[in-house]
Amino acid sequence: MTGIPAEPTAAVRGRTPWRTGLRRFRRHPLALASVVFLLLVIVAAVFARQISGFDPNAINLTHAREAPSGTHWLGTDPTGRDVFSRLLHAARVSLGVGLAAAALAVVLGSVLGSLAGLLGRWVDIVIMRLADIFLSFPTLVVIVVVAGMLGPSVPTMIIAIGAFQWPVCGRIVRGVTLSLREHEYLLAARAAGAGSGWLMIRHIIPAALPPICVAATFATAQAIGMEATFSFLGLGVQPPTASWGNMLTDAQSLTVIAGQPWLWLPPGIAVALTVLAVNFIGDGLRDAVDPRQS
Amino acid sequence: MGAYLLRRLATNVLVFLLITVAIFWLVHKAPGDPIAMRIPADQLNSGSAEYIAQQRHALGLDRPVFVQYWFWLTNALQGDLGYSLLNGRPVTELLGERIGPTVELMLVGLVISLLVAFPLGILAARRKNSIWDYGTAVISLGSVSIPVFFLALIAIFLFTLRFQWLPSSGIADPANPSFVDSVRHLVLPAVILGIANTGTYLRYIRGSMITELGADYIRTAEAKGASPRRVVYRHALRNSLIPVLTVIASNMGQLLAGAVVIEQVFAWPGMGQLAVSSVNQHDYSVIVGFALLVAILVLVFNLLADVLYTVVDPRVRLR
Repeated sequence: MTGIPAEPTAAVRGRTPWRTGLRRFRRHPLALASVVFLLLVIVAAVFARQISGFDPNAINLTHAREAPSGTHWLGTDPTGRDVFSRLLHAARVSLGVGLAAAALAVVLGSVLGSLAGLLGRWVDIVIMRLADIFLSFPTLVVIVVVAGMLGPSVPTMIIAIGAFQWPVCGRIVRGVTLSLREHEYLLAARAAGAGSGWLMIRHIIPAALPPICVAATFATAQAIGMEATFSFLGLGVQPPTASWGNMLTDAQSLTVIAGQPWLWLPPGIAVALTVLAVNFIGDGLRDAVDPRQS
Repeated sequence: MGAYLLRRLATNVLVFLLITVAIFWLVHKAPGDPIAMRIPADQLNSGSAEYIAQQRHALGLDRPVFVQYWFWLTNALQGDLGYSLLNGRPVTELLGERIGPTVELMLVGLVISLLVAFPLGILAARRKNSIWDYGTAVISLGSVSIPVFFLALIAIFLFTLRFQWLPSSGIADPANPSFVDSVRHLVLPAVILGIANTGTYLRYIRGSMITELGADYIRTAEAKGASPRRVVYRHALRNSLIPVLTVIASNMGQLLAGAVVIEQVFAWPGMGQLAVSSVNQHDYSVIVGFALLVAILVLVFNLLADVLYTVVDPRVRLR
């Protein structure tokens, strides 16, 4: 924390936290490139049907396993479906699952983290102990059990990812809460009769928002990767709905890997680049929010 | 220290019980009669109605849910995890023959990732904010970003199909097994698992080294004329190992998750492959056994992390 000068000079006047943050973010070339890439992915996902011009689930056995051509930009799969169209439609599923799971993780983490920080004592001990255990538990195994017993489904996958990713955000919010707890304005709010819920929503969450945004970005990246992995193993998004993960499931034979790279390279590259881009944005955001951390 | 560890042990036992309740609840939600998981399929099909009723009673399946849970838990803790719905073999036996390959894969993968992570992490910490630091940051980000299965497919494409150097399927060649052959089968799965986990360790090693290198005792050592080598490896590295060891222990679950995916791609006959194929074949009792085993593994390593912490760092004992 640096002191704020009483009389802002001309050079300092334009420096709101947002602007300084934006300026720092712009110094991060990889993060900027990632934003552009991610915007392209989002546009492609939203206009998937219009861009590709093919129904992602239309089977056409007379054109099965065709190499990329002018009509089918990325070729066709074993049932003659257009790979490019499936790739773009899969982006909707992957981004959707990633954002939903990350949102759940952030909400859970913010609530539990601020509760732990505000209430302290045994509540803090229990919540933080749970955080350790949830974090060390592999989500994949949870998915194996839940999908195995109840059948795979997208909502269960989102809940499982969100429920097991909250501790990252929870720890951050708890840390911010602890440092805020002794501030005069919180004491004043308390003295004026504010309850824990009010303190959380009005004072703690807004103060913790910048680090929460960073955590949310990393959580999204992780969730997109997890969705791909689970769907690849057949535990997540089920065919015929395309997801980047389940598009690679069919590539598990040497003949496909060797002879039909258009079936497995595009979805694989798509996940890798998207997750990488979101992680780079997270890195850039972290530097923008708190340059000391890097 | 004793009280601290005892408290941790108690928490872990409590958490384990909570996990078993959750698993038991899922068993109840799963379709089918739970008796099918508890006696071999051939007995279930050939047995008379009386025999099955008698078994149901012996297993406590005609009692209230709490009693059922108790029967199930005590049986499981004694190694009786029921029978596979698919082939009627005891689940303990099925899992038992799969543990070896999984542990082998995880251990070698861990060693490989540490062999990469330590030199790079130390390098990045010593030359903080240099081109070396940024390079390793990109490596670690790539390692956590690129999905394991995609890395595995690329490796198969390059090293099995293009260059034809290494096999990509199974643990050994059944026709002519040998030590060299086993090693050749292990290389691709273990290296991919290692690469996938390097990023996590790399970050922690770098962070921990930077903290230690900035400490006062480092300046003292330098002032006394210790060589940079000695300062880094004798003083800083030793102390930075404490948090890194904890991370390694608590990352065991993630390592296992990576192994599950890799076993699937490389047809490695481990527990993960068994679990995933059990999901596809609705072999509930095997899934339950696998989940219990993983829960124990994760909790034991968590406890081990706590023990390591107190043994290596005397400051923790005071708490």
